[in-house]
Amino acid sequence: MSGLYFGTLAVLMLAAFFAVRSRAQALANVAAAPGMRDVRYSLHSLPIYHGLLAATLVLLPMLIVFAVGSPIVIKMAETQALARLPAEVVSDELSRGAALRDLYNILTGKFQGEASAQLKGAAEALRSATSYGNWIVFAIGVALAAAALFFSIGHVSSDFRARNSFERIVKMVLFACATVAVLTTIGIVFSVLYETLRFFFDPALKGRPTVTDFLFGTEWNPQAALRADQGDIKTAFGFIPLLTGTLLITLIAICVAGPLGLLSAIYLAEYATPSFRAWAKPVLEILAGIPTVVLGFFAALTVAPLIRGWGESFGLDIASESALAAGLVMGMMIIPFISSLSDDVINAVPQSMRDGAYALGATKSETIKQVILPAALPGIVSAFMLAISRAIGETMIVVMAAGLAANLTFNPLDAVTTITVQIKTILVGDQEFDSAKTLAAFALGFVLFFFTLILNVIALIIVRRYREQYD
Amino acid sequence: MDAIVANPSSATAAAHVMPGSGFKVSARDCNVYYGEKHALKSVSVDIPDRSVMAFIGPSGCGKSTFLRCINRMNDTIPICRVTGKITIDGQDVYDQSLDVVQLRARVGMVFQKPNPFPKSIYDNVAYGPRIHGFAQSRAELDQIVMTSLEKAGLLKEVKDRLTDSGTSLSGGQQQRLCIARAIAVSPEVILMDEPCSALDPIATARIEELIDELRSNYSIIIVTHSMQQAARVSQRTAFFHLGTLVEEGETGHIFTNPNDKRTQDYITGRIG
Ligand SMILES: Nc1ncnc2c1ncn2[C@@H]1O[C@H](COP(=O)(O)OP(=O)(O)O)[C@@H](O)[C@H]1O
Ligand SMILES: [Mg+2]
Repeated sequence: MSGLYFGTLAVLMLAAFFAVRSRAQALANVAAAPGMRDVRYSLHSLPIYHGLLAATLVLLPMLIVFAVGSPIVIKMAETQALARLPAEVVSDELSRGAALRDLYNILTGKFQGEASAQLKGAAEALRSATSYGNWIVFAIGVALAAAALFFSIGHVSSDFRARNSFERIVKMVLFACATVAVLTTIGIVFSVLYETLRFFFDPALKGRPTVTDFLFGTEWNPQAALRADQGDIKTAFGFIPLLTGTLLITLIAICVAGPLGLLSAIYLAEYATPSFRAWAKPVLEILAGIPTVVLGFFAALTVAPLIRGWGESFGLDIASESALAAGLVMGMMIIPFISSLSDDVINAVPQSMRDGAYALGATKSETIKQVILPAALPGIVSAFMLAISRAIGETMIVVMAAGLAANLTFNPLDAVTTITVQIKTILVGDQEFDSAKTLAAFALGFVLFFFTLILNVIALIIVRRYREQYD
Repeated sequence: MDAIVANPSSATAAAHVMPGSGFKVSARDCNVYYGEKHALKSVSVDIPDRSVMAFIGPSGCGKSTFLRCINRMNDTIPICRVTGKITIDGQDVYDQSLDVVQLRARVGMVFQKPNPFPKSIYDNVAYGPRIHGFAQSRAELDQIVMTSLEKAGLLKEVKDRLTDSGTSLSGGQQQRLCIARAIAVSPEVILMDEPCSALDPIATARIEELIDELRSNYSIIIVTHSMQQAARVSQRTAFFHLGTLVEEGETGHIFTNPNDKRTQDYITGRIG
C-alpha cells in the first residue's frame, strides 16, 4: 500500500515538474520572440523554479497526509478488530497486546496452531478496516496533490515569483531539520532531568537518597536495594567513589595521551617529512576508529596481566583489574584526538610567525616552544578538553579492565569503577523501572552530562578568547 | 687603446675583486635553485655600509630569494640550494664554521606582512635579546626594549600599553614593532622585503622616514615594488629581471640614465 502511495507521489511530482516547467518555458519563448523583448513580458523566475515549486507543492501535502493518516488508520482498525473480541481479553493492556499480535500473525500466516473462529473474524475485520482506511488516505493524498498540480499550472505567469516561493520553502525545510536536532537534544536533557528529580524527590520511591547523600556520600552500593527485604543491608547511593574512580582513570589517560599526543603532533607538524606525515597521520587516526570494546579486551587480557606481572616482580600485589590498566589503554584511545587536532592547529599557525622567529636567530625548538605553541595554545587546549570528555564518557574499556568495585581510592593499582560503568551495570538485565536503583542511573547520567558540558564550555571560552590573536 | 674603451661597469667589477673595500655585504656568483628551478642566476653585487640599497624588478624575478640568501633564511626551505659566495665584512656567510643563529643576530629581517608574535609589545621586542642572552638583568632588558622602540619611532605611541598584545596595534604600528624587534638584537644589516606593501600611504611615509633615520647606523637592503619609494629612500638601486641582476648603481643614475634597455623598459612601465 505504501509502495503504491509513494509510487503515485513520485509520478505526480514528475508530472507537476515537467508540466509546469514546460508551460513556463512556453511563456519564456513567447517573451523572447522578436518584438516582445520587453521586461513586461519576460519571466520573473526561470522555468525550472516554476517546475520545482510545483513538485514541492505536490510533495508536501501528500507527505503530511501519509504521516498523519497512517497512524490514525491503524489505530481505528485495531479498535474495530478488538471490539469483536470478548471483553475480558481487551480489558487490560497486556492481553490486548497479545491479542493484537495474534491477529497480525493470522494475517501474515505466522499464527501457531488453529485459530478460533472469533479470532479469525477479528483478523478479517482488521484487514478490511486497514485496507479501507488506506484507500481513504490514498484518495485524500491524491486529491490534494491533484489540486496542487492544477493550482500550479494555473499560476504559471510571467510575474509569478516562483523562485522566491521555492527559496522560502527550502529555508523552511532546513529550519525544520535544525529544529528537530535541537529539540531532540533538549528533549533528552529534560527527560534525564525529570527522572533525576524523581530519583531525589518522588515520595513514592523507596530508598531514595537526599541530594547531599548522593553528592557527598562515600559509599556506593545500589545492589542492596534489591535485597532490602532480606535483611537490613543499607542501600547506599554515595557518588564520591564513582567520581574519584572517573577522575583517577581520566587523569591516568591524560598523563599518557597528553605528552604522547602533543609531542607526536609537534613532530608531525614541524619535523616530519611530508611523505612520512602523509602516512603517519592517517595511521594515528585509525587508532581513533578502533571500537572501544576491542581496546577493552586488549586492556583486560593483555595490559592488565602485564601490569600484574611487573607488580609481582617488584613484590607488589596488584588486582587483576586495575585503574592503571584501564587508564593506560584509555590514554591510547585518546592519543589521536590530541595528536590529530593539535597537528591541525600547529599547522594553522602562519608561516610568517616561524619566519619572524627564525629571522631573529631563534632555533627550531625555541621557535616551537616560544612562538608556535603559544600561538596554537587555544586549539591545543580545546583538543585536550575534547579528549578529556571522551575519556570521561568512555565505558567499555573501564568495564573490562577496571572492575566494578566502587572503591574510594587514589591508588592506581586498585580496582575502581566509574560513573559510566555504574550506569551500565544498573541498567543491564531486566529491571523494574521504578526502583531507586534504576533511577540512580539517570542521576548519574545527569551528573556526567553536566561535567562534559562544563568542559565544553570552558574549551569554547578559551578558544573564543584567544581566537583573533593572529590572522 | 682597446683597454681604455672598456665599459663603465668593468671599472666597478675591478673594484669588486678587493674585499673589505668599504662594502658591508658582497655577493659573488650567487646561484639559487628551488629543486630543478634556477631562480637566481650568477648574481654579484656589493652593498655599502650605512646606506640604503633598493632591489627593484618585476614579481618573481628573485629579489626575495636573494635577500633570503643573505641571512640564510633559505635554509628553512628543504628544496632550496645556494651556490656562490656571500660575505659580510669579509666573512663567508655559508662557511661551515659559521653559526646561523649568530648570523641572524647580525642580519635582521622585516617581512612584507607585519608578523608580530601573539605576545605583548614588550615581549615582542624582548624576544631576540632574550634568546641571545643579551641582557644580564631585567633593567638592562627594559633599556634595550625602550631604545629599540624609540629608534623604531614607536615608543611615544605604545609606552603606556607595553603589555598589550602586539597584534592589537594598527598595521603600520605592527610593522614598526617588527622593525623594533629586529633592531633589538643590534644587527649590522637590516633586510626589508616589501615592508610597506601591506600599509596605507601615511604608514608608508612613516616607515620611509624611519628607514632614512636608520641609515646612519645600519646597512639596509629594501625590496620594493614602488619605484618612487626606491627613489625616495635609497642611495643605490639594483634591478633584477628573470633571476639575473641586470644593473646596479647610484639610484639617481638608474632612474634617469640606465645603461640597460630592460631597466629602461621597467622604470618606464613597459615590463612589469
Ligand atoms: N619556496 C619556493 N619554492 C619553489 N620556488 C620558489 C620558492 N620561493 C620562490 N620560488 C620561485 O623563485 C622565483 C623567485 O621568487 P622570489 O624571489 O619570491 O621573487 P620576487 O621576490 O622577486 O617576487 C619565482 O619564480 C618563484 O616561483
Ligand atoms: Mg618577493
